[in-house]
Parts: sequence; structure tokens; C-alpha cells
Amino acid sequence: MPDLDPTFTALPYRRLGAVALGRATELGATHADFRFERIRHQQLVVRDEVLQTAMDADEVGFAVRVVHRGAWGFASGVVLTDDEARRVAETAIAVATVAAEMTTSPVELAPEPTYADVTWVSSYDVDPFEVATGEKAALLVDWTRRLRTGAAVDHAVAVVGQLKENKYYADTSGTVVTQQRIGLDPHAEAMGAGADTFDSMRTLAAPSARGWEHMTGASHDWDADLDEIPELLAEKLKAPPVVAGSYDLVIHPSNLWLTIHESIGHATELDRALGYEANYAGTSFATYDKLGTLQYGAPIMNVTGDRTTEHGCATIGYDDEGVQTQSWDIVKDGVLVGYQLDRSMGHMKPELNGGRSNGCAYADSPGHVPIQRMANVSLQPAPDGPGTEELIGRVEDGLYVVGDKSWSIDMQRYNFQFTGQRFYRIKDGELAGQVRDAAYQATTTEFWGAMEAVGGPQTYELGGAANCGKAQPGQGAWVSHGCPTSLFRGIRILNTTQEAGR
Amino acid sequence: MTAPTTSRVHPQSLVDQALATTVADECVVIVRDNTSANLRWAGNTLTTNGVMHGVHVSVVSFVKQAGGVSTGSVSGSATTQAEVDVLVRAADAAARAADPAEDEAELVRDRVSPDWDDEPASTGIEVYDSVAPALGEAFGRARDGGRVLYGFVNHEVTTTYLGSSTGLRLRHVQPTGHFACTGKTADLSQSAWFGTATRDFTDVDPLAAEQTLAQRLAWGERRVELDAGRYDTILPPSAVADLMIDAYWYAGARDAFEGQSVYSRRPTGTRIGERIVDPRVRLRSDPAYAGLECAPFTVAAASGNDDSVFDNGLELTATDWIRSGELTALRQTRHTATMTGQPATGSVDNLVLEVDGASGSIDDLVAGTERGLLLTCLWYIREVDPQTLLLTGLTRDGVYLVEGGEITGAVNNFRWNESPVDLLRRFSHASATVPSFSREWGDDYFSRTATPALRVPDFNMSSVSPAQ
Repeated sequence: MPDLDPTFTALPYRRLGAVALGRATELGATHADFRFERIRHQQLVVRDEVLQTAMDADEVGFAVRVVHRGAWGFASGVVLTDDEARRVAETAIAVATVAAEMTTSPVELAPEPTYADVTWVSSYDVDPFEVATGEKAALLVDWTRRLRTGAAVDHAVAVVGQLKENKYYADTSGTVVTQQRIGLDPHAEAMGAGADTFDSMRTLAAPSARGWEHMTGASHDWDADLDEIPELLAEKLKAPPVVAGSYDLVIHPSNLWLTIHESIGHATELDRALGYEANYAGTSFATYDKLGTLQYGAPIMNVTGDRTTEHGCATIGYDDEGVQTQSWDIVKDGVLVGYQLDRSMGHMKPELNGGRSNGCAYADSPGHVPIQRMANVSLQPAPDGPGTEELIGRVEDGLYVVGDKSWSIDMQRYNFQFTGQRFYRIKDGELAGQVRDAAYQATTTEFWGAMEAVGGPQTYELGGAANCGKAQPGQGAWVSHGCPTSLFRGIRILNTTQEAGR
Repeated sequence: MTAPTTSRVHPQSLVDQALATTVADECVVIVRDNTSANLRWAGNTLTTNGVMHGVHVSVVSFVKQAGGVSTGSVSGSATTQAEVDVLVRAADAAARAADPAEDEAELVRDRVSPDWDDEPASTGIEVYDSVAPALGEAFGRARDGGRVLYGFVNHEVTTTYLGSSTGLRLRHVQPTGHFACTGKTADLSQSAWFGTATRDFTDVDPLAAEQTLAQRLAWGERRVELDAGRYDTILPPSAVADLMIDAYWYAGARDAFEGQSVYSRRPTGTRIGERIVDPRVRLRSDPAYAGLECAPFTVAAASGNDDSVFDNGLELTATDWIRSGELTALRQTRHTATMTGQPATGSVDNLVLEVDGASGSIDDLVAGTERGLLLTCLWYIREVDPQTLLLTGLTRDGVYLVEGGEITGAVNNFRWNESPVDLLRRFSHASATVPSFSREWGDDYFSRTATPALRVPDFNMSSVSPAQ
């Protein structure tokens, strides 16, 4: 396990936490927690071999959250003094006092064991913030140079977002947790034009909770990706348009992860199912009364939630309410059996996880209140399941979908539409070249019900996003989704040029 | 805006400290002091809330090198001189280590805001002193009427101080706020929405909003199921704002010039000068637009496709993006202005769509429609194809059937596929322009819009969404 960053541990969080929790207790809070964070970001963007953006952005601050008179109160500050810690605690109490007037259901938290001064650090080899910016930029410059050697490539972009998150959490039960994790979000994209068209092709690497080694071949074959893309783009620019209709789809994990994210991940957030997001992110068709009975998909469908997978982007030791992280079933043999919870929902629905939260509380900054955020939600492979070629071999007339691109789903997570980086025609069990302008459109339970086969562990990959959005005020989050290549029968394919009325 | 509720920070001294400490040839310092207060509710009860204060400092260092000027951009939370010193050292080092920047231009000089010495403005929970009790009463009325409310109020005040070694001392106070509320029938089978932007909450009336939601839910007592297809559709100002924000965001000059957007004339060039939409259309931004006031100068903590750190402090003025249906400008830096041979027209944080000769309200559009759909708002809008700026998305929280000029029922939701540029070519009727609030982008990204309602004779509803 890498060490905690000494420039973080030098910050005065223990003292400020003691002052804030002491003041909140004095003022009568029945629960109080203190969260101090330092979040480091670096964004590098190279366009056509020129470093266009190099932005370092750090955020340091702390928050006090209380339960007082049965209501939440939350306040945050950035001035790292005892006086300010006291003032923020007082503000949280004052906010709870205002909130109590409008809170009709008193806040109660599911119990959690006390963790006295524990430390957790994510699994990585090279801290990206220890690598010189010039060295990092040089790698991206080289990527765009390599992409531009292709005749079809007019312009190329390479981007890497880097995250280092340090959190200190302490609450009035005596839990004290100090944590550190790393995230890398890289991609490169080539753009080109044909006779009457333009298009792009992007690398397939996913964001990962790995160190800089994610960029240098430890977990993704960048050389293969960068070598293939110019030719793949050239082929796409010349490809025939897809004929709209119904097709069998073989979907690669680099595309399917996003469909899982939108149609299962968000749909099984219990706060959405309970309506907390009704004014913003939306609700869920998978309402609580359907627990244990909703046929989410085919019986071969098994989906888990976890915050423990190594290198998972939602992986952490303890959540932002001091709950130790776990893994659990969400869909078992095609049936809805679980949700993602925080402590207040864990208390509300004791039958779900023995009266305990499953550790999904997260705040993206010291200035935001923790809410229930997505775990790594993953579709399990079949233990001795088929490989991708065998799945393609089972399709007479269909499409093989690789890489994510455009995405949209409705506020109850029924109707979705996705495009991809490339759609290959499948004819008589063989790939028969790319087609353009395809999008697949379906309703969640029909889509997962049409899943005929999941691939074996050899096809399983971890995809994910660094830009998942939720809540008001808006918060971002990183999350991973594992899945095998899978086969779906009879899915509606649109031609997007026709959709545009051309 | 109200009295400070937080420990005092002196942004001007942080700026002076950074400029005194830097060893770079030139330096730009941006300090943003942000206070905010929010309340969130669901199921007729408050859920979360917060009062926040942040101070964010960005330092951009410029170093002359063989072959040009290199830059370094470093930002962080900082409230003390020691914390600012760390940022300055990092920015100076980053600039020294960097290659010359492609967007090099002369730094803007010697512009001073008369209120530079003023303290940051701020907000706090007291901004809701009259809204909060009314909200409590609205929860009660909704409960009594068999309705459920879900919503959010947010108020933020950001005071920006932009200083430079070239004599810039610019200050801007930006209040941003909104009230939005979703209402549902007790069985959750019908949904309605009301949202509005505000600068100070003096113009927000939760009880009136509750009444509006009650009326809209009553429209849903007759439910009509319709299939996918092309419909005569009235888009309210909120939905038009959603679509125009996308049309604006994708109007970056660099992407257009390099052949990658709907505004491109390929292989290299833009469609500036070309009539791209109905000749009655004018799309513009103006930092001084009444009620939508925003920063009249460029603030760029880092360079990118549509931003240049060299442009910090550049004056932003009223800009027509589309005039008489003709594309007249794209969002650009001085660097892309050189590429495209156009004036530098930087991004402005408000957007106004006007239709020449349009008058009346959305009610007049409804009254003039024989059979069509009236939308409430749009949701989950994403680009599908940049060539036409084809977007996909959903209708949300109320699609109503209009028959004989009257609302006669509520219809199921749809997934749609449409291009905002195409809609501006095909619309048949428009109302007068009014302040609007984008459901999709207003919360977090872009809340200052004024737009008309538009009637489009053949809006493409691609499939039915069962969402309620």
C-alpha cells in the first residue's frame, strides 16, 4: 500500500475536526460529522502535437454535517483556523434549525461499527502528481503525432485527467478515517473528413483507479489502439450507412458499460427510487415495491454492486459517512434483489442490508453534502461462457458494437439511445466491415430481457466514467462498470442521418 | 446580497501578494470568492441543505522564451499569503518548463474597475427568509391537495477579482440563483414542473408556483396515449433555452474552422456570412442585458479550444452570433480570430434568442394551434451527430395535447432527435422573448437566458418513453 501523502497529513484536520465536533455537540447535535478534503486535479490536453491545456487545480476545505432537531444541517468553509471550524459548526446547527421547520420525517441513521483511526490507500504504482508535467505532455504529444500519421486523420487530440483525493472523516461516534486514492482518465481521438462527411474515432481505454502506469501499458494496450485508429477511421469514413431496422447485437464491454451505468446503475439507486432526485436526475422504474419480483432481464443476468474492486473508480475503504465498503447483489438470475444505500436509507429499509448502509455515500468536494452515489455496478460473466468470436458466430444478421459515444436515457430509466465508436456488420457469423450513422434504442427491461448470452471471464473488462452527474447542487463522481461481451436479440437500430431528416 | 457570514478574506491582498511574489515575466491572478446557500426538498419535506464558502485562486505565469511565450496555470483553494505563494511558485515553475504557447498574444493592459477595493459580496441562508416559510406552506397545500412536491432553491454570489502585472484590476459580482419545483399527483402517475432563474429571490413566489403546478396536474386528468411521429409542437421558452445553449456551446470557432461542427465550411473555414436559419432569427449575447447581467471581461484560468489565458481582461461587448438568419460570429479567442480572419468574439455568459416581428405569449401560440403538442421541458440532451448538430433527448414533466386552441389532456413522454439549427430554420410561429430558465443546463452551467416559445410544425418524436 502506498503511503499517505505527507503534504496532506501535515494539514491541521485533526485539530479542526475536534473543535468542530466539540462545538456541534455543545450546541446539542445528536450526530455530527467532520470531513476535511484535499482534492488535486490536473488536466492536460494536447491538440495536433501542441499542449493546449495544462491546468492544475487543487481544492482544500472542510464540512460539518449535523443532525439537530431531527433535521440535517450542512455547512462548509475553507479558512483553516479553529475560529472558522467553530463558526462552520455553528452555521450547520443554524441551517438545521431552519430546516427543522420544513422537515416532516425526522432524519435517522443506520448504525455502523466505530472505526478508531483507520487508514486506507488505493492500489497504484506511480502517483501521477509525482511525474513531471513535461514528461506527461510529451507522451500525449507523441500520441497525437502517431494518430496524425494516418492519411485519413486531419486532427488529433489527446487528453488525460488526473485525480488525487485525500479525505479525513471523523464523527461523534468516534470513527476516524484517513484515505487517499488516485484516478486516471485518458483518451485520444482522431478526426477526419470524407467526401461529404466528417467523423472521429477514439481510443477504448477506460478511466481507472490506477497510477501513471495506466498510461504506459500496464493496463491498456495503447500501442495497438493508436496504431489501429487511423485505419479504423478511414474505414468508417467510407463505410455505408446503416439501414434502420431490427438487428441482433454483440456488444463489447467498451460500449456495454455505459448502458449498464444508465439503465441499471442509476435505476437501482434507492434515493432515486424513493423520489429524492425527482426534480433533477429523475426517479426509477425499479420502485421499491418491485424488490424481489421485478424481472429486470433474462435469467442469465447477474449484477453486483461493490466499492471494493481493485482499481474500480468508485472503490474506497470507507464512505463519506464512515461506513466500511462492501459488495452485494443487485440483480440475481434476472430479478431485482438490491439497491445502493446510504445510512439514512439503510435505516429506512432494514430488510435490505440487515439495517446497515452498504456504503454508497459520497461527496465530490469538501463544499458538498454527501449523498448516495453509484457503486461499481457490474454485469457478471458466465463462468465457462463463450468468447467474443463465438458470440459473433451465433449471429446471422447483426451488428458488433465497440466503444461508447453518445448517450441519453429518460428520467425513469426506461427509454435509452446509444451510439458507439464503431458498428461492424455481422453476416452469417462473420464481421463484414463497418457501417456508419447507427444508434441503438430500447427500453431497459426489454433490452436486458433480450440478452441471450453473456460472455465468459476472458471477455470481461472494466469500463467506467469520470463525469457521472447527480444531485442539486450538481456533483460529479468516478465509477467503474465491469461486463463481458454479450449478445442481444432483435434490438431497434436507427440511422441518425435519417433521424435528422436528411 | 447580504452582510458577510464568513471569516474575512481579502482578495485584493491575495492578488497583490501573488504579483509581488512571482518571478515570471508577467502574471495574471484570478481570485473567486463564492458563497452559496441551498435548500432541497422531496415528498413535501426538506431533504438536504447547505451553506458554503469557497475562495479559489488561479495564477497564470508567462515566461518569455526562445520562440515565444510559455505559460503555467495553477489553481487552488487559498485564503492566506502562504497558500498563494505555493500556487505562484508552481505556476512559475510550470511556465518555465513549458514549450511556447500557440495562443500567444499581447496581454491586456491597464483596465481598472472603480469598485476594485470593495469587499466580496456574499449570500447566506437568510436569503430565504421569506421563501422558506412560504415553501413550508406550499408543502402543506400540496399535501392537502393530494400532490407531492420535489425541488431545489440555490443562491450563489461569486465575486471575481482579476489582477495582472500589466495593470489589470477588474472586479465583477455575479449573483446566480434559481427556484425549480416538480409536482406529482399522489399516485405519481402525473408530473409537472416550474422553474425560474432569479438574482436575489425577491421575485420568487413558492405559493404561486404551487398553484401553477396544481393547474398543470389538473390538465392531466384526461390522459391520451400517442405514438411516435412528427408533431406540430410548441416548445416553451425553457425548452428553447435548452436547445439554444447547445447551439451556442458547439459554436466554438476552432472546431468550426477545422471542419468538425455544423458551423464548418469544409475542408477549412467557417459558415460565417452564410444564412443558416430563418431570416427573422437573431441570437446574441450582451453582458449588459437587463436582468441577465454578466461579466463584461474575459476570465480564463487555463487555455483550451475556446479559451486563452492571454485574453484575460479583454472587454466583452454585445455580440450577435446570428443576425437576420445569417451566422455572424463564433465564440473565439484572439488566437482563433487570427486563424479565421474574424474579430475576437469571446464567450459571454448569457444568451438571447429573438424572432423579428414576434409578439404575444405562449398562450397565444396555444390558442392558434388546431392540433398539436405543448411541451414543458426537455431532458438528457446529448449530441448524436456533430455534422448537423443532431441532438437527442426526452420530453419531461408534462406533454399536453392542444386541440382547437385549448389544452385538452396530457400525453405520454417521447424521445426526440432534432438539431437546434434545423429547428431555427423550420419553426412556423414564435412568441415574444422572455426571461427563461433551462431545465437541462440552468442549474449548474448556464442560467442566464431569454428566449421565445417556438412552434415547430414537424418536431421529430422518435419513440415513446413510458417515463412519468
